[in-house]
Amino acid sequence: MARRFNIRMAGVGGQGVVTASHILSTAVINAGGESTIVPFYGSEKRMAPVESYVRVSDEPIYEIGEITFPHIIIIFHPQVITHGKSYTMPFYYGLKEDGIALINHDGPMKLQSDQARELEERRAKLYYIPATKISLEVSGMDLATNMALVGCIGAITGLTNMQALEQAVKDRFLGKGFVVSGGTAALDSVVERKFKKKQELIEKNVAVMRAAWNYAVDHGWAAKDVQRAEAPVAAAATA
Amino acid sequence: MSETEVKTNPQGDPITSVATPKVEGKVEGRKDPHAEAKKQRVVTPEYMFFEAPRTREFITGSEAAKEAIRRSNVDLAIAYPITPQSETMQLVGVLYGEGYVKEYYRGEEEVGVMAAIAGGSRAGVRCFTATAGPGTLRGLEGIASWPGHRLPAVALFTCRVVNAPLAIQPDNVEIAYLINCGMIVLHAENQQDVFDFIMAGFVIGEKNDVTLPVGVCCDGFFVTHARGYVRMQDRGIKLPPRDPWRGAVPVLDAENPPARLSRDAPVQKSNFMAYNIHAVWQQEVWAAVERSRKYINRYLGGLLTAENVEGADAVIIASGSAAAQSREAVRLCKEKGFNVGLIKIRSIRPFPTKELRELCANAKLIVVPEFNYIGWLAREVATAIYGYSKARIIGGPRVYGGQSMPVELIVDEVESGLTGKKSTNVAMSQIMGGTVNPEEVAHFMRSI
Repeated sequence: MARRFNIRMAGVGGQGVVTASHILSTAVINAGGESTIVPFYGSEKRMAPVESYVRVSDEPIYEIGEITFPHIIIIFHPQVITHGKSYTMPFYYGLKEDGIALINHDGPMKLQSDQARELEERRAKLYYIPATKISLEVSGMDLATNMALVGCIGAITGLTNMQALEQAVKDRFLGKGFVVSGGTAALDSVVERKFKKKQELIEKNVAVMRAAWNYAVDHGWAAKDVQRAEAPVAAAATA
Repeated sequence: MSETEVKTNPQGDPITSVATPKVEGKVEGRKDPHAEAKKQRVVTPEYMFFEAPRTREFITGSEAAKEAIRRSNVDLAIAYPITPQSETMQLVGVLYGEGYVKEYYRGEEEVGVMAAIAGGSRAGVRCFTATAGPGTLRGLEGIASWPGHRLPAVALFTCRVVNAPLAIQPDNVEIAYLINCGMIVLHAENQQDVFDFIMAGFVIGEKNDVTLPVGVCCDGFFVTHARGYVRMQDRGIKLPPRDPWRGAVPVLDAENPPARLSRDAPVQKSNFMAYNIHAVWQQEVWAAVERSRKYINRYLGGLLTAENVEGADAVIIASGSAAAQSREAVRLCKEKGFNVGLIKIRSIRPFPTKELRELCANAKLIVVPEFNYIGWLAREVATAIYGYSKARIIGGPRVYGGQSMPVELIVDEVESGLTGKKSTNVAMSQIMGGTVNPEEVAHFMRSI
């Protein structure tokens, strides 16, 4: 049977939701899997809802278009839930039974009672990861929040590995210059300036990913046989 | 023109087209932009389609169309940009710059483009254009007259919403208009199909006993803007040029003035001669559509593909992107323990009537998912197999207005059809044959 996850990523403009979907997708392909992505083109502006859809599998993917019934939803920003910043309301709309909701929040959120009940009815697993906190602690910036969530979901699906993820980050920032959109390209240069140089940016992003990967493993969320990822000695020295 | 003078377009932008005639002097050492195109070698369609080695690339549908045109020896391409196909004709424009397409220009709008394609084809050259949604309908006046005038050409229709409220996402209701024109209509599932169908389209449409335009349809953004794997032949080879004298009607030149229209002038009068002529032309057209079957079989390997149909609990019949979704649905059904077959229809005109009658003879349940509101494929299927199959036909699920079809909706229909549990997605009136209760349908029709 195919190991197959349809993932809906929901966040707000500026968090790098679409970039995260590209990196996860590339990383799964780097690790020998199959993946497709569909970004949702709505209004591109800071703090406005953004969604991106990623399909990952170890078998060919024929399906196209947006994902209505995901196995996994990733909530990049608590406002997706609290302010309804989501194209699909409520935030868990369409989540399959026994599905996973990976939420960027420092500890469990207090959900509305009917939402909590509905999530329970479909036996949803709620995984709260303090992705922004991890990003701040490891890289000193909140801009790698998306990397934390990608690292975490990488371990949960088990369809990629840290090496492939690292390569995907390099492809994204050093590669052929894949441009998500004009706005994102402008944002990239801002991000790069903040991180001073690309090499530093890549290393810190990868360090955040690794920390989140290990967070998933430590909390027992990771797929079977997924191990903790130890930092290479050289990288650890610079981090 | 002095050296400092720069040619500009009406907006004041400098014109930098590499296709413009070269300026005198300073030409030595300058690379001929047409150099690669000039080296292209003509091969037979048989070699091109069956023998030429191919390499796999990960490209968009628009790029696949471009690569097909590169290898198709196209004389004339006319562009009018409309989302989501604008990129296709823009990329074909790049080919013009590189010398792969002999003539290229931007039309005023679709009525003009389709009329000009008619002129080009009538003059005996190989023509290509692409449009989408509202552009297709705007050009439909011309398109609908192409087959009667026996004008071989290939048009790519990258379907998008045409009915209100308008949207720029895929919805293939426009195919319902195209299939009654008398042209050959192929429906591509993915980027590979776009590539293969365009190239085969030229060869099929230009056969003497066909001499018809070919419409290659695909579902907009999902195929044109998304990347997929496409296996392509080397770019150093191309199809033989159009041989217009092999066509079923003479082409225009000084010795052959606008023959057909002047010959058949009475067609413009309302008299019995005119009605006869109309009947003759239309009979010719539809007979030619029938005769194209053997070429579609030869060059595309069949009007449909069938997988796992024999002995299946249910059969999904789909075309275009719905076929892609159905492949996943078949997989999910298997995981649920249902044995489901898939028939992908490639050619809508001609329609694979005989093939479907044979394949569906023992089918119990047929599900027809579609990316449009009216369900033109379900009607085609029902008409084709009426009297030849006792299968219950579920004409759905359908999505429209640009929505992606969740695979789960197709699975639901298969499951409800097999278990008798009614799904909430498909109206009773969309279910035909088998055990459908006419009273339930009547009740549904009364209460909607």
